[in-house]
Amino acid sequence: MYKILKKRDLNESNVLMEIEAPRVVKKALPGQFVILRVDENGERIPLTIAGVDHETGGVRVIFQKVGYSTTLLGEKNEGDYICDFAGPLGKPTDFEDFKKVIVVGGGLGCAIAYPIAKALFDKGVEVDLVVGFKTKDLIILEDEMKEAATRLHIMTDDGSYGKKGFTTDGLDAVLAEDPNYDAVFVFGPPIMMKFIAQVTKKYGVKTIVSMNPIMIDGTGMCGGCRITVGGETKFACVDGPDFDGHLVDWDEFMRRSAMYKEQEAEAMAKHKCRMEGMS
Amino acid sequence: MAERNMSPNKTPIPEQDPQVRNKNFDEVALGYTEEMAVSEAARCLQCKNRPCVAGCPVNVQIPEFINLIANRDFAGAYKKIKETNSLPAVCGRVCPQETQCEAKCIRGIKGDSVGIGRLERFAADWAMKNLDEKAEMPKRNGHKVAVLGAGPAGLTCAGDLAMLGYDVTIFEAFHKGGGVLVYGIPEFRLPKAIVQAEIDKLGEIGVKLETNILAGKVISIPELFEEEGFDAIFIGTGAGLPMFMHIPGENYNGVFSANEYLTRTNLMKAYSEEAATPMIRFKKVAVVGGGNVAMDSARCAQRLGADTVYIVYRRSMEEMPARQEEVHHAIEEGIVFNILTNPTQIIGDDKGYVKGIECIKMELGEPDASGRRRPIPIEGSEFVLDVDAVIMALGTNPNPIISDNTPDLEVNKKGCILADEETGATSIPGVFAGGDIVTGAATVILAMGAGKVAATAIDKYIQEKK
Ligand SMILES: Cc1cc2nc3c(=O)[nH]c(=O)nc-3n(C[C@H](O)[C@H](O)[C@H](O)COP(=O)(O)OP(=O)(O)OC[C@H]3O[C@@H](n4cnc5c(N)ncnc54)[C@H](O)[C@@H]3O)c2cc1C
Ligand code: FES
Repeated sequence: MYKILKKRDLNESNVLMEIEAPRVVKKALPGQFVILRVDENGERIPLTIAGVDHETGGVRVIFQKVGYSTTLLGEKNEGDYICDFAGPLGKPTDFEDFKKVIVVGGGLGCAIAYPIAKALFDKGVEVDLVVGFKTKDLIILEDEMKEAATRLHIMTDDGSYGKKGFTTDGLDAVLAEDPNYDAVFVFGPPIMMKFIAQVTKKYGVKTIVSMNPIMIDGTGMCGGCRITVGGETKFACVDGPDFDGHLVDWDEFMRRSAMYKEQEAEAMAKHKCRMEGMS
Repeated sequence: MAERNMSPNKTPIPEQDPQVRNKNFDEVALGYTEEMAVSEAARCLQCKNRPCVAGCPVNVQIPEFINLIANRDFAGAYKKIKETNSLPAVCGRVCPQETQCEAKCIRGIKGDSVGIGRLERFAADWAMKNLDEKAEMPKRNGHKVAVLGAGPAGLTCAGDLAMLGYDVTIFEAFHKGGGVLVYGIPEFRLPKAIVQAEIDKLGEIGVKLETNILAGKVISIPELFEEEGFDAIFIGTGAGLPMFMHIPGENYNGVFSANEYLTRTNLMKAYSEEAATPMIRFKKVAVVGGGNVAMDSARCAQRLGADTVYIVYRRSMEEMPARQEEVHHAIEEGIVFNILTNPTQIIGDDKGYVKGIECIKMELGEPDASGRRRPIPIEGSEFVLDVDAVIMALGTNPNPIISDNTPDLEVNKKGCILADEETGATSIPGVFAGGDIVTGAATVILAMGAGKVAATAIDKYIQEKK
């Protein structure tokens, strides 16, 4: 059993949790992920590691209460336990010897964009952090992100904060001014990553995307996480999660990600019923 | 001693009706009653030269335990089996007896061999129900051994070492121990409660099981020695890497590796209402392959509500590597066998979901390296099966996570760890290996045998080092 050391609601649907897992803390590197299970009947859900606390032995994860399992996790509180927590899984992000990079985060993707930006920034890399949210109320980690970048560019879809527009617009503006960046790191929903990759392609900048397909084991034994990169099948959990954004078959990826939509909606509906029945 | 039973036929084992069981996940074979077991045991001729024992990879004292059953000493029979086989309830259910012990049985020359597997299962089930012995905690010798992987190889090695007094910790990547016994082999063939009972028994003799630990990544081999103070390590991480055919359409929605399909269904219990892991209830399913894994996948698909399930296999019935009983059960349950057939591509609809599988007919040519006749495509014989899911059960390879992260550990071209056959010793002193990670996908009993051999060698290694 793994104890929830800390829980913070970042906004209505996004939650930050710190879960006690000293073995994971000891080995975790930026870009890696964990797989957890809330309870005995739970599914295995992959979450990117958003940071670790060496003192408490806590691993930070940030998630959106979108499906049944993340909703269930979101209902847990500090001091509660979850039944499984495995990691670190996947390959850490390769920072090579980049000097000047852009990190792009969309919505919840900022939870991962932030620690990557911070790791690079702390190494002395020049970092432009371009983040986007639907609206002002959904902005997360603003203070933290300010400390993790040379320049922070906040975008909102509706213009209620920062600049109006999508992350693609923000990124395009940065690159239009100066296309001489070593790399762009992208964290966010698939559709955003797809379009970001189109922008960076235009400028010929290397683009590293963090893929989060459906997974079960996270150790390479099921192949459920397979994606096509440069015409080759890759298992995202062991070959990734980072890949060259210009080579990913995005349409296939989005299609595979939506495979269980119906089942998930059903599970959600049932859960709501149960909760309402109880109150 | 009861009178010898000279019937040429094995005492039939009660089974759920095929048309009922193909809709539930309860066990197919219900097991012998005491009377049936005694009567079947009386078919054994008690041969002096015991050919059956030579067919058993772990040397179960077969005529002896059968004689005890014939004399209604069921507890004695169980203990006799346990002397050399630590998982009799499992082996009685899943061993390929027809190519091992029962293949050597003299009664098999004129009629059926003795039902050795069924009797083994009977003794184990009887003991589980009637014997309530708490295992005694063996005296500790102060040495620590790490076992990586909680499949049959790891569990056997851990059990034997604990009995010798070692402080054993098993590190398992999944959230549950059992390996293929829990994630692969379905409930209706091997109830998970049986596997769990065996694992619980290991707990009673002091074996610790640390789940959620992907060895090689979370803890390395050198760290286990230097930081965690283990004196020796056994690697039994199996052959979990799925293969695909690399034909067009393999990434359409609805194409699975058997590993994924079975893991969702069995380990994650996608068949039960309570489980959160989703599974689409496909209507027409093609399973590619002819081994146990293919049979299990096909029978799971049917139980999950498919109207038609095809096995697509490129050789003929004779060459099928699956246990005879599984093929027989699959046929009874209505699985459709397309033999001498090989997929050429998977066809998808405009949303990217599977809608068919194109296959080509095959004929058998000259024998190949495996000694089986090589299947050759018949030109122009392509046809399409309408299906909404395809499960690839083509075999598996060893998972490279440990070897990739342990440069000194020698592996062969296929990624199997090189280990001495007599001891399981690898290229690193103090590190032993056995089971599918060494042999490639094989059988439960061979994995157990390798775990046993390694336990003896590890004991010797540590005692000599002292
Ligand atoms: C569907 C199916 C049906 C089968 N049916 C039969 C049958 O009827 N009869 C028969 O005899 N055989 C059968 N087999 C084969 C048999 O199950 C295997 O040969 C046997 O389980 C191998 O045992 P093992 O201990 O070597 O490995 P496994 O059972 O594969 O166990 C390995 C364990 O190690 C864990 N692991 C892997 N990597 C790591 C790591 N890095 N760190 C920690 N843990 C790790 C895995 O999660 C797993 O739990 C079947 C196999 C399958 C897949
Ligand atoms: S999640 Fe199973 S192989 Fe990647």
